Amino acid sequence: MPEIKELVKGLADKHGRNRESLLPILQGIVTEERFISDVAMAEVAKELDMSAALVYGTATFYSFLDTEPRGKYVIRLCKTITCDMKGKKQILKTIEDLLKIKVGETSKDKNFTLLETNCLGWCHKGPAMLINDQVFTELDEDKVTEIIDDYIRNI
Amino acid sequence: MPNKKLKRVDIIFSEDCVYKDVLAESLKKSNEDILKDILDSGLRGRGGAGFPTGLKWKFASQETGEEKYVVCNADEGEPGTFKDREILTRVPLKVFGGMAICAKVIGAKHGYIYLRGEYKFLKTDLEKALEEFHSFVKELGFDFQIHILMGSGAYICGEESALFESMEGKRGEPRNKPPYPTISGFRNKPTVINNVETLVYSFMICRIGAGKFHELGTADSRGSKVFSISGDTPIAGIYELELGMLLEDFVEEFGDGDTKAVQVGGAAGFCVPRKKFKDTIIGFEGVPTGGSMMLFNSSRSMYNVLKNYVEFFEEESCGQCTPCRVGCQQLKKGIEAIKKGEKSAHYLDTLQKLADTMKVSSKCGLGQSVANSFSSIVDNFREEMIY
Repeated sequence: MPEIKELVKGLADKHGRNRESLLPILQGIVTEERFISDVAMAEVAKELDMSAALVYGTATFYSFLDTEPRGKYVIRLCKTITCDMKGKKQILKTIEDLLKIKVGETSKDKNFTLLETNCLGWCHKGPAMLINDQVFTELDEDKVTEIIDDYIRNI
Repeated sequence: MPNKKLKRVDIIFSEDCVYKDVLAESLKKSNEDILKDILDSGLRGRGGAGFPTGLKWKFASQETGEEKYVVCNADEGEPGTFKDREILTRVPLKVFGGMAICAKVIGAKHGYIYLRGEYKFLKTDLEKALEEFHSFVKELGFDFQIHILMGSGAYICGEESALFESMEGKRGEPRNKPPYPTISGFRNKPTVINNVETLVYSFMICRIGAGKFHELGTADSRGSKVFSISGDTPIAGIYELELGMLLEDFVEEFGDGDTKAVQVGGAAGFCVPRKKFKDTIIGFEGVPTGGSMMLFNSSRSMYNVLKNYVEFFEEESCGQCTPCRVGCQQLKKGIEAIKKGEKSAHYLDTLQKLADTMKVSSKCGLGQSVANSFSSIVDNFREEMIY
């Protein structure tokens, strides 16, 4: 895949080719591709002249470095008890109904992935979620419906 | 027991502070004077563990060698904590200022902010503030640069040695200690790693003086602290309060009139039930907190709370050492089995023993602190775990 090769090379030019560059490069791949494929990991290993096992070991450690295919928009709903107490379950159900996917799944059109995540740091404004890097807080059914609809319209 | 009344304080976010003046004046002071101020203030780390900040700086300053680092721990992942996000949003220049003063004292030329992936949206604004900061330190003729490194959603990277591993591009697995970071930290060089809030307090102590800070709080817990208050409260949010108050007064101020328990210090902290509110001091002599205060009223099931915490630890355990990796899984399985009636209530005692074992045998603070919430919830709400 020539595009991955180009992407990895560009990221290595920017961040360097040593061990410390590994995390920024992997983060860069996720920003562009939403996940790190086996091919991408092998490419990083080659570019940084390290074993693919090291790259794999690092990539799989971090929950935001997805190593499975993800949609264009990754929704991460906070599942900490405080968000749960503010009605997170209903928000989850609303998103599941809207996108016709369950937690851990990606929509057929590859546009959305729905995940749960640990504390997002918005406990006073729960329930909270991230869509890629953007934060949405104080969600209720109407608000989350509006947000998701907005994303669907702008695809 | 000497305790303090609940009192709101305005130091961290105080606008009565021109950061340029404070920084310029502090950089003119001798290292000994700054160290004396930080030590005399009694400031202890605000991330939760509470190590005296002045000592950390002093140890690192005594290390020989050219290459030293200042690291700002902005990997705020403790459930119920959101103060560092607020601080980085509202007063980033004070954070950088604290790092610069520390860098001067220990002799570092580079500082790093390790920002959790969940806060990536802050990065652009932080970089803008950094530009302003860098041009000012250049004006002052002070050779110091701050870089931002991003985390990627791993709670364990808030543990200082795991954070260094992550900065070095590795899996965020805690190291053996000693050696401690002041001797061998980032790139195995002497490193001071401080929490975001600790750095701002250090900066503000240079502004208001050690005495003023020392007047606040109690013998073991000097000064004030930023609290992240959430759960069953009508006024959730960020509050800076003097340390050493009674939990009873805290609940009176922030509770909804029906508070049955407060989880102090997040999932890694302690659960205090209503009957102990009047005997519990918030501070290092009582129950310490990195800022997280979750209130639960009588409509909440403490089983659900505990299950949520145990699941959290099970997911966030780095997996390196067996007591933590397997212990977390077994605690979760165990409480589920008791709730379903597959195990008798006595099995709770076996689980308590397991939690105690994890406390003494886990490699880092994560595994060691699982027992805090586990035992305090099971002890105080045993019936809720069974029925």
